[in-house]
Amino acid sequence: MNEARSQILGSIRRALKRGPLPPEKAAAIEARLRDPKPNLIPARAGGEAKAVIELFSTMAEGAAATLTRVKSAREVPGAVAEYLASQNLPAAFVMAPDPELDAIPWSERPTLSIRRGKTEGADQVSVTGAFAAIAETGTLMMTSGPDHPSTLNFLPETHVVVLPASKVVGPYEEAWTRLRAKHGGSLPRTVNFVTGPSRSGDIEQRLLMGAHGPRRLHVVLIEG
Amino acid sequence: MQSTTRAFKANVRKAIVEPGLQKALGMMKTGFQVRRLAAVEKLPEFEQLRDQARDIKNHVLENLDFYLERFERKVTEAGGKVHWCRSAEEAREAILGICRGVGAKTVTKGKSMIAEEIALNDFLEEEGIEPIETDLGEYIIQLRGEPPSHIIAPAIHLNKTDVIDAFQKAHTHLDPNRPMEEPTALLEEARGVLRPKFLAADVGITGANFMIAETGSTIIVTNEGNGDLTQILPKAHVVLASLEKLVPTFEDAATILRLLARSATGQEFSVYTTVSTGPRRPDDLDGPAEFHVVLLDNGRSDILGTEFQDMLRCIRCSACLNHCPVYATVGGHAYGWVYPGPMGAVLTPTLIGIEESGHLPNASTFCGRCESVCPMRIPLPKMMRHWREREFERHLSPPSVRAGLAFWAWFAKRPRLYRLATGLAARLLGLFGRAHGRYGWLPLASGWTRGREFPAPEGQTFMSQWRKRSRA
Repeated sequence: MNEARSQILGSIRRALKRGPLPPEKAAAIEARLRDPKPNLIPARAGGEAKAVIELFSTMAEGAAATLTRVKSAREVPGAVAEYLASQNLPAAFVMAPDPELDAIPWSERPTLSIRRGKTEGADQVSVTGAFAAIAETGTLMMTSGPDHPSTLNFLPETHVVVLPASKVVGPYEEAWTRLRAKHGGSLPRTVNFVTGPSRSGDIEQRLLMGAHGPRRLHVVLIEG
Repeated sequence: MQSTTRAFKANVRKAIVEPGLQKALGMMKTGFQVRRLAAVEKLPEFEQLRDQARDIKNHVLENLDFYLERFERKVTEAGGKVHWCRSAEEAREAILGICRGVGAKTVTKGKSMIAEEIALNDFLEEEGIEPIETDLGEYIIQLRGEPPSHIIAPAIHLNKTDVIDAFQKAHTHLDPNRPMEEPTALLEEARGVLRPKFLAADVGITGANFMIAETGSTIIVTNEGNGDLTQILPKAHVVLASLEKLVPTFEDAATILRLLARSATGQEFSVYTTVSTGPRRPDDLDGPAEFHVVLLDNGRSDILGTEFQDMLRCIRCSACLNHCPVYATVGGHAYGWVYPGPMGAVLTPTLIGIEESGHLPNASTFCGRCESVCPMRIPLPKMMRHWREREFERHLSPPSVRAGLAFWAWFAKRPRLYRLATGLAARLLGLFGRAHGRYGWLPLASGWTRGREFPAPEGQTFMSQWRKRSRA
């Protein structure tokens, strides 16, 4: 395999008519990689916090996600229970073992049956948080870790995301900046960007919802 | 994949009279093209982003050796492993080694054109490992035992009845009289059949839309979520990617991602964009225990530094296929190998040789729509012309074509004679064609008149009309 490696690199250098990059050039690229600069950011991603939240909501709904707004964390259990009832779903879900979600007063809705952990596929509904949300395209950004198993984003048929408004950013670039600030050089294993529920266009180019991932993606936005 | 590219002309003759294929292709114009345009119009910065995306990839290609080594270092730091593979054979062996390492019986696969390029499924089957395609379109064509006909919509050549037929034959454990008329029922059925396979698979293989040098991450983009179930459930995640998928940073990936979905399906953003970095961490609750990147060259480093280098910017969005009048008429299978349409007409000769695929760069009307919609500004028609030149230089074109071109060239180099002769021809054709305004047959033009009539000229050449008008 090492032979393959040196042959491929050699063949690239021959094609580029040079040897390995000279140290000063390599250092310049290395510096660029250590301090990434944004390219052009679309104007739509800018704006006041309030406008950014409105944009997120419009774009997420445009991607067939649904959204309810609540004033505080206290109202989340009620909003989740009502949503599940409106979809004729059982009042039971698997929840990410996320301290932020634990801080929600779920016990005020004793009818909700909650299990914390990952899923093997038997759960109909999952409830998770999100690392950030990107207004530009109505996208949720979720990172794997002990507080958020990635299976919760894909195996259940219904995925409910609890999202404090402070996590909504305009463009992708801002989300990456926040992620680097939190994790430094070592990223979580999986970063999922999710824009609406799963779909396929593979049969006669007709848009069909609910391919392998969730059929429904619902956001509970905490505006307080 | 075995190439039938030499038989392009025969493939085309069959394709243009195949009613099922023509019906399926008919839906393309109103689908992809309209949606792309609508998405582009909603993003005023689209053209500037195209320039930046082109520059990012050009920068990577100029420093590809550096970026590959940097990428490998980061993958290793994150606990993954990079397998360098010169050829399809080396890539297949690397994947087999990983599969054997975890004792794999079944492998789930996200859609990957590179896997088609190295004919991975047939190989795994021969080795006693069952590959399961999980993208709906790929699953359908796997059941039918045929290759994809489009790089993002592999089953675009099929109609619903073909899918019903394939599912009836394959899913024999289900009630044969179940209702299947609604496409949603077919999707449900595939979801139901594939879910246990996702959960049982030992290895998951995906492609990569991007590799990130900054962190050693790979990115895939899907709408179904199949690529995610493929990589987070099994013991090992194998990413199969070719060299040129590298970009420096997430900011650079974001720029190109803003172009990708809009150019491909006309979506603002694909449903699932997934960044994978190494295997699961010690305190993670799920995710693969192993992370491998199988890095394939397969002739790409030979394209660097040639007039075809720009082709390595391609992000496989399929906009060029979706806007190509030739593709829309003959479909993807006629091209005879993995990559159809304009991008295939340029890339295929670089990968399997112009001797094998000389018809492809000729399968173009040079209307230029491919270049006008290419998000990476790849000059596809220009590169097809380069291939035609090489074909001519190497004496690969048929003698009749060479003789015809030589005669025309002799003539065209003598402008006075050329003008005299064309002036005479225009006058004669105008005179004799006046009654009908068109010709059903003309000597030396049967290739044209067999399929359509030749309009009679008005009696004067363009040049002489031009001169008259400039004088007036």
